[in-house]
Amino acid sequence: MSDVRVELHEIAHARAGDKGNRLNVSVIAYGPEVWPILLEQVTEERVHRLFRHRGATKVKRYVLTKLQALNFVIDDVLEGGVNASLNVDTHGKTNSFRVLSLEVTVPEEVLSRLRQARRR
Amino acid sequence: MSNTFLMGCGAGFSGDRVDAPLSVVEAIAASGKPGAIMFETLAERTLALGQEARRTNPEAGYEPLLAELVGPILTTCARHHIPIVGNFGAANPPAAARLIRRLAEEQGLPELRIAVISGDDIRDTIDLDSLEIWEGDAGLAGPSNEIIAANVYLGAAPIAAALSKGAQVVITGRVADPSLALGPLAAHFGWDWSDWDRIAAGTLVGHLLECGAQVTGGYFADPGYKDVPRPETIGFPLAEVAETGEMVITKAAGTGGVVDARTVKEQILYEVHDPAAYLTPDVILDVTDVDVTEIGPDRVLVRGARGRQAPTRLKATVSFPGSWLGEAEISYAGPNALARARLAAETIRKRLDLRGLAVQKRLDLIGALSAFDSEAGDLQAEPMSDLREVRMRLAVSSPDKGAVERSLQEVLALYCCGPAGGGGVRSRLQNRIRTVSYLVPRNAVSPQLIFEPGSAA
Repeated sequence: MSDVRVELHEIAHARAGDKGNRLNVSVIAYGPEVWPILLEQVTEERVHRLFRHRGATKVKRYVLTKLQALNFVIDDVLEGGVNASLNVDTHGKTNSFRVLSLEVTVPEEVLSRLRQARRR
Repeated sequence: MSNTFLMGCGAGFSGDRVDAPLSVVEAIAASGKPGAIMFETLAERTLALGQEARRTNPEAGYEPLLAELVGPILTTCARHHIPIVGNFGAANPPAAARLIRRLAEEQGLPELRIAVISGDDIRDTIDLDSLEIWEGDAGLAGPSNEIIAANVYLGAAPIAAALSKGAQVVITGRVADPSLALGPLAAHFGWDWSDWDRIAAGTLVGHLLECGAQVTGGYFADPGYKDVPRPETIGFPLAEVAETGEMVITKAAGTGGVVDARTVKEQILYEVHDPAAYLTPDVILDVTDVDVTEIGPDRVLVRGARGRQAPTRLKATVSFPGSWLGEAEISYAGPNALARARLAAETIRKRLDLRGLAVQKRLDLIGALSAFDSEAGDLQAEPMSDLREVRMRLAVSSPDKGAVERSLQEVLALYCCGPAGGGGVRSRLQNRIRTVSYLVPRNAVSPQLIFEPGSAA
């Protein structure tokens, strides 16, 4: 069985929320098979790297085992927040999909089963 | 579940779909069960704008779409004993009450019992020097002089008290959003305010409902990955809540949208930081032990909310004037669109420099790169696809309104001075309202409950 490299978007969904200069992004496994991949590969450091250029000072990852979800809290990333930022997206809500663009390595079979399930 | 209370939501923010409340109210009425409907229409900016509006017009300052939201459901709610609870009072709850009184009279509902909760507005009494800044805003400068609005987040107890006194409509200013659901639930079930796990459950109901369609298929569709049936008619949420605090999240039959484990999980974590400590005026909610189970089509059972004693201080948000924000855009399409848009951006940069416009600025190429980039354009170096339509956007900020206006004029001038084929210039100038949050001791806050004069005794 070989592994494929895909975007996190293939195996998880996400939603972003903002409070001041702080963003939270949930990352939720599409199924139990991919939960271990999230735990192992979607780390604080890798998420921080996605936002360093925006000035993010800190990323904290919370793990919710019962929901098979991660919650990332990213500080100082919104250029001051909704009332100060010049970004077209002052709330930073589009960033859920920046996190979903992270590359992950997934066993081909697991990916294939997920895709099949989606087509039903 | 027997003995359930149906908590519904008719609006998740100011500007939400005005036809949404109908399916919620009709479902509660048809069920024969006790229930209530909440409306959440109060963003920070809405409250500040309401405060400004009230200064020039004493009857203004409440949610602008109030009549459209509540008018169509008022009679059904009165007839079926479905209380309406909303923060649509915004900066002027008494005036909102007078509007609803007029609607009630027009609809032949004499003496409708309308309650007004105030005490959130602390603009005239707040002493910022004595208060600690909320940790999330640490490092931000507070207001230097004029305060537009200062409102403390009230909790659910005054809402529950109003309902226990027979209120058919409860109008608030700033309250914690989940309190709009917790109030009706606590009143109905007679929950003790220090029964932390039940208060936590009621808070979770409110948190799941407070964004309207966000739990029933709104802000969710990702075609081919997460499909949403009939997104144009998404049914707003209903929670069937038991005395124990267990809830089933659902929506009215026949409406569009979807309620499943995925939609509920996305909303559980929305705007949550530490999931073991979601702070509200009523409780500290812990969702780490929550489980989410699909029990039928568009029916999700949610259990496991836990609570700890509410914080000793309440959060207050203070709004004050910020800088001027200007935005201007121009489109380029067809062959070589990206190169022309890039040239326009470069030209604007040089124009702002040579005109000596010392504004904070940002240049985006919408379609190629905008929302994900930093202000300095750190991602511009990455390769871009050769797009056939790009919208060049300038955003500038300055305390100097004239400098902002002159900057925007430079984009307009591209019509005759800029790259070929530019079109669709739009610009916008806005005075920003800044906010900083503070922590206020509970004993400094006094919520008041008054019934609007025309209410039956």
